[in-house]
Parts: sequence; structure tokens; C-alpha cells
Amino acid sequence: MENAGTPAKKKYRLDIIIIAAILLVSLSLLLIVTLSKEEGSVVVVEIDGTTVATYPLDKNAEYSLNGGSNVLVIKDGVAYMNYSNCPDHTCEKTGKIRYVGQTIICLPNKIAVTIKGDNAEGGVDFVS
Amino acid sequence: MRNKKTLQLTTMAFVIAFAMILSFVESRIPAFVAIPGVKVGLANIAVIFTLYKLGVKEAITVSIIRVLLISMLFGSPVSLIYSISGATLSLATMILLKKLTPLTEVTISVTGGVMHNVGQIAAASFMLSTNVVIYYLPFLLVSGTIAGVVVGIASAILIKRIKFDYRP
Repeated sequence: MENAGTPAKKKYRLDIIIIAAILLVSLSLLLIVTLSKEEGSVVVVEIDGTTVATYPLDKNAEYSLNGGSNVLVIKDGVAYMNYSNCPDHTCEKTGKIRYVGQTIICLPNKIAVTIKGDNAEGGVDFVS
Repeated sequence: MRNKKTLQLTTMAFVIAFAMILSFVESRIPAFVAIPGVKVGLANIAVIFTLYKLGVKEAITVSIIRVLLISMLFGSPVSLIYSISGATLSLATMILLKKLTPLTEVTISVTGGVMHNVGQIAAASFMLSTNVVIYYLPFLLVSGTIAGVVVGIASAILIKRIKFDYRP
């Protein structure tokens, strides 16, 4: 009632500009990440911050991680988590990963499985 | 004659119960994307409502109790760490923006949602001692912004419609 017509529009003008700016920045970040996809060659397993293993993506295999808390499967060039003893099972639901930088995270067991390319770096490379 | 203190206590209890219900409803919604952290953040409606209707101190109280209770009911000790860091960063940003800028509930909610994600990512990279989780951030920023708009509009409607009377 107190904000009918134009004053209401004016009230939200700054909001719209700022939300649009936030959305634009996050969408362009998303676009950069999506476009910079490249097929990975190895899977790097990190437990609690230390790299414990590196597996080739072109070899079909099943690996037991962290003393059996998680099972990582590599099949036909993709990697996925087949089993986790944690309550949320987010890592299993993450599905299959194959591009450099894609990650499966198991927060309860502190496991991060990342796809990396030949040039070892992988990780966050927004330029390429 | 009504006691202001009792009324305020009852209101706080009501708001926390409201936040719990919203969290429960949210926990029933299946995750449509398998990215940890992507959610609507319905419980933030209760926090924003408290921030506008009751005050900063009350919003902090509601936020802390909400995070503790929700983690006990629906989460794990690990999820508590992520929730706390997300909620702290989110609430701090919302309080500052509300104080210092003429922005409305919608932007407050969007920044709150986005900062919640940033806080969680920061906690995750600290917990896992790895920066690979930063890859999730662009997804979380987009989803957080959209969710923040929805939550913000809902909060704005509630703030406008629900009237308190603290006078005796």
C-alpha cells in the first residue's frame, strides 16, 4: 500500500542490478568451467589432503579406498564411486566423471577423487 | 497486561520451530543435482524474518539454535561443521548488508545464500586440505542465487504480512 506503483519499482532497482550482476558473474564462471572441459587421463585419490594413489583412466578396475570405506570403479574411461559407508552417499550419487577437474567428494571420509590430465596440473585452470 | 519478555521468548520459540519445519520439508525434497550444497535453503526464511522483525541478536540466536538442532536431527557431526561455517558467513554478510545498504530482503537473501555456499566450500577445502572443491563453486553460486531470490521473495511477503505487537 505504501509502496504502490513506481516507488516499489524504485525500491527494487538496486536489488535487481546487484542480483543480475551476481548471476552474470556466476553464470560466466560456470560457462568457463563447462567450456574448458577436456578428457582426463588419470584419477587422483586424495585422503585428508594427501595424494594416496593415481590410477589410469583407460584401465578398467575396482579400487578399495581408505581401508574399504569407499569403492572406486574405473570403467570405459569414466570413474565413479560404487560404495561408501557414509550416511549421505553423496559421492555415489555424484555419478560418473571423466573430464579434467571433475571431482567426487566424500566429505565424511575426507576423500576427494579428481580427474587430471596428462600435464599433471589439472586442478583449477580457468585459462585454457 | 502482556509481558514483553515472555512474548519475545514465545516468538523466538515459534520462529525456531518454523525454521525446523522448513528444514524438515527441505530434507524431504530429493536432491535434483548430485552436488553437495545445492539446496533451496528454506530455513533461511526464518532467519531473515527474525533479522527484520526481532533484531540482530535474535537472528544470531535463532541461527545458532537452528544449526545445532537441525544437525542433530537430520545431519552428522561433520555436516555440523559445514553448516556452522556456512551459517556464520551468511548471517554476518546479511547483518552487514542490512545495516549499511538500502538493499531489500531479496538481495540480502541472495547474498546470504551465496555466502552460505562460499562458507561451506571454504570449510570443505579446509577439512579435506584440498582446493579441488572450488570446482563446485560456480554451480553453487548459480543455484544459490536462484534459491536466494525465491527465499528472499518468500521472506519479504512474510515480513510484510505478519504483524507483531510488543506493546502491553
